[in-house]
Amino acid sequence: MPWIPHFGEAPGKAGRYTGFLGARGDTFAGMPANAVPFPGRTTPLTGWGRTAPTATRLIRPRTYEEAATAVRACGARGGIARGLGRAYGDAAQNAGGAVLDMTGLDRVHAVDADGGTVLCDAGVSLHRLMEVLLPLGWFVPVTPGTRQVTVGGAIAADIHGKNHHVSGAFSRHVLSLELLTADGEIRTVVPGTPLFDATAGGLGLTGVILTATVRLLPVETSWMSVDTERARDLDDLLARLTATDRYYRYSAAWIDLLARGSATGRAVLTRGEHASLETLESSARARGARLTRRGPLGRPLDFRPSRFPVAPALVPGGLLGRTTVGLFNELWYRKAPRARADQLQRIATFFHPLDGVPHWNRLRGRSGFVQYRFVVGHGHEEALRRIVTRISARRCPCFLAVLKRFGEGEPGWLSFPTPGWSLALDIPAGLPGLGAFLDRLDEEVAAADGRVHLAEDARLRPELLGAMYPRLPEFRALRRELDPDGVFVSDLARRLGL
Amino acid sequence: MKDAFGTPQSLLILGGTSEIALATARRLIARRTRTVWLAGRPSPDLERAAAHLRGLGAETHTVSFDALAPDSHETILGKVFAEGDIDMVLLAFGLLGDQAHDERDPVAAVRVAQTNYTGAVSAGLVCARALQAQGHGSLVVLSSVAAERARRSDFIYGSAKAGLDTFTQGLGDALHGTGVHVMVVRPGFVRTSTTAGRPETPPATTPEAVATAIELGLRRRSETVWVPGALRLVMAALRHVPRPLFRRLPL
Repeated sequence: MPWIPHFGEAPGKAGRYTGFLGARGDTFAGMPANAVPFPGRTTPLTGWGRTAPTATRLIRPRTYEEAATAVRACGARGGIARGLGRAYGDAAQNAGGAVLDMTGLDRVHAVDADGGTVLCDAGVSLHRLMEVLLPLGWFVPVTPGTRQVTVGGAIAADIHGKNHHVSGAFSRHVLSLELLTADGEIRTVVPGTPLFDATAGGLGLTGVILTATVRLLPVETSWMSVDTERARDLDDLLARLTATDRYYRYSAAWIDLLARGSATGRAVLTRGEHASLETLESSARARGARLTRRGPLGRPLDFRPSRFPVAPALVPGGLLGRTTVGLFNELWYRKAPRARADQLQRIATFFHPLDGVPHWNRLRGRSGFVQYRFVVGHGHEEALRRIVTRISARRCPCFLAVLKRFGEGEPGWLSFPTPGWSLALDIPAGLPGLGAFLDRLDEEVAAADGRVHLAEDARLRPELLGAMYPRLPEFRALRRELDPDGVFVSDLARRLGL
Repeated sequence: MKDAFGTPQSLLILGGTSEIALATARRLIARRTRTVWLAGRPSPDLERAAAHLRGLGAETHTVSFDALAPDSHETILGKVFAEGDIDMVLLAFGLLGDQAHDERDPVAAVRVAQTNYTGAVSAGLVCARALQAQGHGSLVVLSSVAAERARRSDFIYGSAKAGLDTFTQGLGDALHGTGVHVMVVRPGFVRTSTTAGRPETPPATTPEAVATAIELGLRRRSETVWVPGALRLVMAALRHVPRPLFRRLPL
C-alpha cells in the first residue's frame, strides 16, 4: 500500500464539521475531493455474521459500462463485487477500497422456456428467478438455505444445496458467464477452461461476474413431497443417510448439537422431491380443494413464500443462549414425526425456512455469530464423530446445525464441496474461547481430508489453507497472471493470503 | 486483517519495551498475530523484546521512535504503514514520573506531560489517519485509572493521562463509522518493574491480566476497558465522592 503523505485538507462545508479531518463524506482521507475517480458512499460493511466491520467505498453500477469504469478506477486498495451480503464472513468486504454492489444489475434477459435455460445479470437473486421461472415450470438447479443470494454470488461461492449428492454445486449448471476482468475487458467464460474453474468458487477474486446462462430444472408444481424421519444418534443418522440418500433428490439433516450422552448427534432427516402434478391433485382431492388461484393450495405453479415480521434491530446478545437453544432443540426434535412420508410442503418451507424472518442474523445480538461449515472425507466418520462429540461437550448453542452427505467433488479450484460429510453450525461470536476451540477443530478437519467453506469463513488460520485446498497454487498463479496489480481483493483474500 | 474475534494479524506497538504491551503481544501471537512492529527508543531492552517475540514465532521488526519528537512521527510511522496493513496499534508508551521529585522540578514534570499526552496525541493522530485510509484496524490506547480523578499522590501523571483519555474518547467518536475501532484501556495499579517498590493501590493487577482484558475488548469491540473490570463500578462511585472526603481517602 503506498503511504499517503498528506491526508488532504479535504474541505468540509464552511463552518460545518464533517467528520474526522473532513473525511466522512464521499471520499477517503488522503484522496483530494477533486480526485475522486468514481462516486460512492463510504460505509462500514460486514458479512451476514455481523463480525469484523470494515469501511469501504460502496459503488452501485447500473450498467456494464459503469461496472467497467468502477473496476478501472477502483484505486490502490482494489475492489470486490458484492451481492446480497449473505456470505457470513468477510468475503465481500474490502477495507479502504471499493465494493461493487451488484444488485443494481438485476435484469433477467432471456428465458428459454422449452430448453430450460435462463440468461440473467449477476445481480439477479434466486428469489427473483423463482418468481419468474416457477410459473413457467422451471426451477433453479441448486438452491442454498436462502433465496436471497445473487446468481453472481452463487457462482463465486459455488453454493450447494440439499441436492448436492445428485446435482453437484451451482457452477455445474452454468453454461457460460461473462466476466469483467482487471483490465476492464469483458470475457465470455465457458466450463472446462481454467478461468471458469478459478471463477467457480473463486470468491470474486478473478473478476466481476456480469451475466450468466444457467441450466434449469423442470418441475410440475411448486410443491415438495417430503419424507421426515428421526435418527436417534449420529451412527443412526450416518447409516440412514448412507443407505437411502440416493432415492431422494434433496436430502439434509438437522442435527441437535446440544444433545449429550447416548443421544449425541440425534437428528431429523428431511428428504424430498418436487411433487408431481398427480400427487398435488390427489392431495387436493383428498382435501376437497381445487387448484385455482383463490384455492387454499393455489395453482400448481404458484410461488407463495410466507413472511414473518422483520427481526428487530437491537436484540440482547444472550437471547439465543444455551437454555433457549437447548429448549428449542428439544422441542424441534420431539415435534418431528418418527417417520412420515409424502408430506406436501411449499418450496419456501422446505428450502428456506429462515427467509421468512428478514434480518434473522440480528437475533444473535450485537457481537454477531460465526458460521462454521466443514466437510470431512468419506472414511473419516471417526473424525466427524469426534468433532460432534466435542461440540456437544462444549455446549455451543447452535440451533441451525445441518449435516449433509456430499456427492462428487467440484471442478472449481476453490469450490468447497468434496465427497464426504458436511456439517454447518452457527455459534455466537462472543462465546469465550471460541477462537481456539475452532482452531482445534480445523486441525481435525484438515487431517481428515476436509476443508472449511471459505465464503462462510471469518476466522480460519491461514497456515491450514494449503492443506484444505490443494489447488490453491494454481489459483494464485492464475490470479497473478490475470490480475498482476491485484485489482480484485477482499478482506478474506487479505486475511488468508489467497 | 482481524478475524471474527477481533484478533489482529499484524501489530504495531508504540512503546516497545512496555511490559503490558509485550504481555499483549505474547497473547496475540499465540492466536493469530504474525507480524509485530516494536517502536521505541533504540536500546538493548527493545532488541531483547524483539528477540523474545521472534522466538515465539512472530516476524518482529524494531523501529526507532521517540514520543518526545512529534515532528518525526509522521515519517517514521508512515514507513511502517507503507510496509503493509496494520490491524492493531497499541499505544503503550508512558512515563510514570516521580511525583514528589517532579513537583520540585517543573522540567521533569513537563517531560511526563509531554510523553504521556502530547507525544501520544501526535502518534495517535498519525496512526488514526493511516488506519482510516486502510479502512480497518484497532487503535488501543493505554490510559490509566489515574485519569479518572485527580489524586494527591500522582496528579502530574494523572493529568497527562486524563488528557490522553479524553483525546482518545473523542478520537473514537470521530472515527466511528470509518471501520476503525478505538479503545481506551484503564488499568488500575499494574505490578511491573516500573512500579516495583511503589505502594500498591488495590485492586492491583498484572500485565497478563491487562493483556487478557485487551483481547476480550477486541473481541467485543469495546470502547472502554477497565482492568480489573470491577474498577468500572469502584470509579463510578469514587467519581462522586466530595473532595473534602476524597482528599482524606488513603489512595
